[in-house]
Amino acid sequence: MAAKKPAERPNASKDELLKYYREMLLIRRFEEKAGQLYGMGLIGGFCHLYIGQEAVVVGLEAAAKEGDKRVTSYRDHGHMLACGMDPKGVMAELTGRIGGYSKGKGGSMHMFSKEKHFYGGHGIVGAQVPLGAGLAFADKYLGNDNVTFTYFGDGAANQGQVYETYNMAQLWNLPVIFVIENNGYAMGTSVKRSTKSPSLWERGAAYGIKGEAVDGMDVLAVKAAGEKAVAACRAGEGPYILEMMTYRYRGHSMSDPAKYRTREEVEKMRSEKDAIEHVRDLLLQGGLASDDDLKAIDKEIKAQVNESAEFSKDSPEPPVEELWTDIYA
Amino acid sequence: MATEVLMPALSPTMEEGTLAKWLVKEGDAVKSGQILAEIETDKATMEFEAVDEGIIGKLLIAEGTAGVKVNTPIAVLVEDGESVSDTPAPKVAEAVMAAAEAPASVSAQAAAPAPAPVVAAKGWPHADLPEGPTKTMTVREALREAMAEEMRRDPNVFLMGEEVGEYQGAYKISQGLLDEFGAKRVVDTPITEHGFAGIAVGASWGGLRPIVEFMTFNFAMQAIDHIINSAAKTLYMSGGQMGSPMVFRGPNGAAARVGAQHSQDYAAWYAAIPGLKVCMPYSAADAKGLLKAAIRDPNPVIFLENEILYGRSFEVPTDPDFTIPFGKASVMREGTDVTLVSFGIGVAHALASAEELAKDGISAEVINLRTLRPIDYDTVLASVQKTNRCVTVEEGFPVGSIGDHLASTIMQRAFDYLDAPVITCTGKDVPMPYAANLEKFALITPAEITAAVKSVCYR
Repeated sequence: MAAKKPAERPNASKDELLKYYREMLLIRRFEEKAGQLYGMGLIGGFCHLYIGQEAVVVGLEAAAKEGDKRVTSYRDHGHMLACGMDPKGVMAELTGRIGGYSKGKGGSMHMFSKEKHFYGGHGIVGAQVPLGAGLAFADKYLGNDNVTFTYFGDGAANQGQVYETYNMAQLWNLPVIFVIENNGYAMGTSVKRSTKSPSLWERGAAYGIKGEAVDGMDVLAVKAAGEKAVAACRAGEGPYILEMMTYRYRGHSMSDPAKYRTREEVEKMRSEKDAIEHVRDLLLQGGLASDDDLKAIDKEIKAQVNESAEFSKDSPEPPVEELWTDIYA
Repeated sequence: MATEVLMPALSPTMEEGTLAKWLVKEGDAVKSGQILAEIETDKATMEFEAVDEGIIGKLLIAEGTAGVKVNTPIAVLVEDGESVSDTPAPKVAEAVMAAAEAPASVSAQAAAPAPAPVVAAKGWPHADLPEGPTKTMTVREALREAMAEEMRRDPNVFLMGEEVGEYQGAYKISQGLLDEFGAKRVVDTPITEHGFAGIAVGASWGGLRPIVEFMTFNFAMQAIDHIINSAAKTLYMSGGQMGSPMVFRGPNGAAARVGAQHSQDYAAWYAAIPGLKVCMPYSAADAKGLLKAAIRDPNPVIFLENEILYGRSFEVPTDPDFTIPFGKASVMREGTDVTLVSFGIGVAHALASAEELAKDGISAEVINLRTLRPIDYDTVLASVQKTNRCVTVEEGFPVGSIGDHLASTIMQRAFDYLDAPVITCTGKDVPMPYAANLEKFALITPAEITAAVKSVCYR
């Protein structure tokens, strides 16, 4: 990755930048809190944190409109917060409480919101890819102009069903944007150790799908690429691939000792490429916000996250009857 | 030396067919590879080529004749200078012509007169129909009609799968649907079960009601992750927010001599999964009533058909709103000495066995479960409480079979009523062999059921 960029003249308004700052910070603080609650034994099972990748979902949500859909893998908390789901409901799902989005029955990897058009939360690597294309199939069938953001990682990019889906998405001209969140590691296997392909987005060329690689640590670059993809998709030009070059600071899951990479590598990304620091610099150096302005936002976010944590502890466990509900409609 | 040209078997399950059209006439010289006739099989209209060179001495079967058995002589080929009278008298042919006058039971076009007498003669009873007018149709026609009616009723119902459109269905189930509903609603897919099953599940979340046709359920093994992890579990995992209103359907179980990878019964596999509903029709009425109910159901439904049953005819109610509720078994034959519980093609074997048993003075009650999730335990238990004996019949593997589950349920809920252990008649614990004799041994037969019943009756 390149060295830290000098403060550039932002091509975004003050309000936009503040919005991105706030949304990315919410995800980061939320995830830090989730990590803390996991350590306290309040969250169980698998818990995959999104810290480091915030710019991807925040930038793409900035390119979306009402009606657009999104579906992703098990590393899904950031996507939910970015599309406007309530942090209280997300955190309470993590703690397995009735106030969670799935009444405590889904967990970290399985949350949904019909209202926010968030279709999960999928634990089988790559499965969300045809599911996302299917959502786009429905929109095309119904004749609206919605698009579906279908997120998957560099690891899922080696699953066969991804390419089955590319083929049909292009064949049927489906309004789906495939977002490869390339954070460099599929659990503990680096991209270099899993593929000889120079890039993942280029594999779409075999199916005639347009795409590009994007600096996924730069929210403005993400948004710009997202707008381009969305415009093409909405105009009926079929699917589009965005390979977001990003990085996760934490392990694959809470139980990952991350021995497959050096501490220095992580530190270098944090200090030179951090997405939140980038927007912070743009705001401060562009004279669009003061240190105090940002501190006030930090405080507000911290309070919001604490509120979600309190809610997730106070919300009762699902009553035993819930064991037997929602199996059939 | 004259050569007889025989009615060919043009599909694994074809036993007879319609000689739709002769493309040659008597006296024509034919070359090897020349198309002699169009023959309608249980799957499609096929061109039939000459193997040998010669002159058409005589056409033994008139075009348009239905019900021509495989291996019946249909023409005589003579050599140059040879006369037809030199050929041996086609004594088989007369019998065939007589048989051919019986109405078609395989013609999907249904141009033939109603074959009601055939149904009765073949002994496929249907004592479980509601009051009202019925018509005779094949299981194939019933499935097609169910889909067509439901697609007319709800514009968000669509069919996708391999060869469902332009090919008109690998087994002719979707014949004509592309013409009526267009390519938007009858979607030909590439051969990519994992991918298109996932797309269909996503489409169901997006507001549509997909019907996914698997060319066979053997191929659905590639898609089983989406059937179970994506379709069956999402309603629960989302706390009731979104389910998957869709149908996965196609032929299941053994056909005829298609080998181990194409001959497996998945009934017990899918019936084990909470969140799925599972249907396994026997008759055409089952097929129509259950498929319509499945398409209307807000849950993912596994619909297990049987290739051998596709061509069989049954009475089906003409009421367009005829549906069969899930979890309601049908008592196909009442009896007092033993309860035979089956589903799908097993019902045919159970009925045949019951017929045999009656000759020995054993009165067997035959229950057709129709759905395996939910299962109608009440009907089974009530029958066992009456007969005190039970034999289950299915084509699937023995370990973890539906029969095992029923036996344990009966033991737990009706132990005191049993006069003998429950016997589970299943397919054998082997991959399906190809050899004709071995395949017969691998499958369940009426004789095995009869033996099991005699054993529980201590006869």
